Amino acid sequence: MDITALSALLAATIIAGTPILFAATGELLAERSGILNLGVEGMMLVGAAFGFISTVNTGNHWLGILAALAGGGFIASIHALVTITLRGNQVVSGLALTIFGSGLSGFLGKNYQGAPMPYQFKPLNIPVLGDIPFLGPVFFHHDAMVYLCIIIATAMWYLLYKTMWGLTIRSVGENPQAADAVGINVARVRYFCTIAGGMMAGLGGAYISLVYAPTWQENMTAGRGWIAVALVIFALWNPTRAILGAYLFGGVEALTFRLQTMGINISSFFLAMFPYIVTILVLVLVTIRRRQDAGAPEALGLAYDREER
Amino acid sequence: MKLKKFTVLILVAMLLSVFVIGCGNDAKTDSEPPAEQSEAIKVGWVYIGVPGDYGWTYAHDQGRAYLEDQIPGVESIVLENVPEGADAERSFEQLAQEGCSIIFGTSFGYGDAMLAVAEKYPDVKFMHATGLQTADNLSTYFGRIYQARYLSGMVAGAMTENNTMGYVAAFPIPEVIRGINAFTLGAQSVNPDVTVKVVWTNTWFDPAKEKEAAKSLLEAGCDVIAQHQDTTEPQVAAEEAGKYCVGYNNDMHEFAPEGNLTSPIWNWGPYYVNTIQAVIDGTWASESYWGGIDEEIVDLAPISDKVPATVTEQVEAKKEALKNKQWDVFTGPIMAQDGTEKAAEGQVLTDAEMLSMDWFVAGVEGSI
Repeated sequence: MDITALSALLAATIIAGTPILFAATGELLAERSGILNLGVEGMMLVGAAFGFISTVNTGNHWLGILAALAGGGFIASIHALVTITLRGNQVVSGLALTIFGSGLSGFLGKNYQGAPMPYQFKPLNIPVLGDIPFLGPVFFHHDAMVYLCIIIATAMWYLLYKTMWGLTIRSVGENPQAADAVGINVARVRYFCTIAGGMMAGLGGAYISLVYAPTWQENMTAGRGWIAVALVIFALWNPTRAILGAYLFGGVEALTFRLQTMGINISSFFLAMFPYIVTILVLVLVTIRRRQDAGAPEALGLAYDREER
Repeated sequence: MKLKKFTVLILVAMLLSVFVIGCGNDAKTDSEPPAEQSEAIKVGWVYIGVPGDYGWTYAHDQGRAYLEDQIPGVESIVLENVPEGADAERSFEQLAQEGCSIIFGTSFGYGDAMLAVAEKYPDVKFMHATGLQTADNLSTYFGRIYQARYLSGMVAGAMTENNTMGYVAAFPIPEVIRGINAFTLGAQSVNPDVTVKVVWTNTWFDPAKEKEAAKSLLEAGCDVIAQHQDTTEPQVAAEEAGKYCVGYNNDMHEFAPEGNLTSPIWNWGPYYVNTIQAVIDGTWASESYWGGIDEEIVDLAPISDKVPATVTEQVEAKKEALKNKQWDVFTGPIMAQDGTEKAAEGQVLTDAEMLSMDWFVAGVEGSI
């Protein structure tokens, strides 16, 4: 592989990893507060549809991003209502919302199928840094959303581990009874994290419909929401590891096609299943060497009921 | 406890709303006033996707519109987005119960469902696109799109500058392989040195993946991109890179106004008109239809004006030869990728050999 091909591969890796990283960061926040949201795929689809429809109608892609945030947040708020206030089963609610999101986005986007997208995010041309050979094309020729994504993921790490708010969120996810005892409003924290997480999933979806493949097609996220859910486990609920993981998954997606063009004789079916094998392997490894400090938040998936304290 | 009941209620309500949205399928009835027409005929359609895909389903829907235009009194009942499998059987049954005289199913995977429903409703006629199984009231129909692909290959082969072309392909099945081989043979007929790199996406439909696959081919030096996929994204990728591209299903010119050279296209309309006319006349009989460019079920979209006139003339001449049935695409000598001879000089592959094709011709770079 020559050096240009390698830099193209790495640049494609970053692009392919970005939608997954948006969604995974959001899911990570929700899970840290104890809410398992399996509706990521649905929230991404709604975000993609809202973002696309709004951009086509308003002519401004930043308004599209706002609409995507609202769309993802809207679906997540249903999840929050069902699982936090009503204490419903988180798995059932999340799965229902995935189906609901794909139905809703298909319904709303019906008239926009195949519509052209005249307003696109253009790659930024960062001066000086962009001119560095090799590193320039890999890291500094992307659109604004790529950098926004890395900033959000890094900020998430800072928020969770270096601030009082982060401690609050983590304590709610680990032990809501104790958090409640010291005066933290458990429901409010969980609402905030779930809805903010949904907004980020919406952003991930919008990245696909506005930047990655600027178009609207039904079910266009094609399973990336599920990869994001797996990635949170892969990352052991740590945002910095999520960044690495997202680009690893993106790299596999980018590599799948490039291995074929290089004439390396591997079955395309094997390459297509490779990311999922990696996911399963990680799940197994994580389960085997689960440690108290690195595992899932203790109260993940459990409804909190004050009266049952 | 009350709260829990309420939760269950909410979840049930949500699931129901999902079913309403997911299974509603938007049955739409575009009807002429049927009363004044004595030969009013109800026609059912089951689509795998939505007409808005600008691909496979769009082409069928154009055919339906053409049919309604040509034969007054045709009343269409359309079910969109019907998945292959158990749901399909219910959809075909629904159309049969609504009084359709003839029902079209447009995806390969409807085969078993159509066979089962056809047995239950012997008076209703069933038409299965791309299918294999027939019955007394079940026909299959498909077109020789490989002929149009050969012609599009001629155009592409004449326009490539570095003799390397890319092909974004869905699944390694005979239909797709046949198309890649026809495209390659067409390109080689005008440019013997040309090679075609193939990338499998293992999906008919994933805009992001299709685009990524096209990009990887462009990075590998391909300067023309062809596709056997259902979205227009490979065209967009080529357009963005300033390279040429060849579409599929419909004229994809508007999605890549600079780069698109032509597209092998489906033209179902005339076939649908003939079929419905046969039903009206009472001459309909079960068959396995595989029509070629001579019957206009497949065709080549208008060729871009960037292509030199001499090339266009060559393509037209080949098209005439195909139309007059003087010649077909898989006429020997044909060498396979591994160097074995698949057809001797002058030998023509049979339909059976074409329908089970599982090898690449020499000049294709890729593995099945």
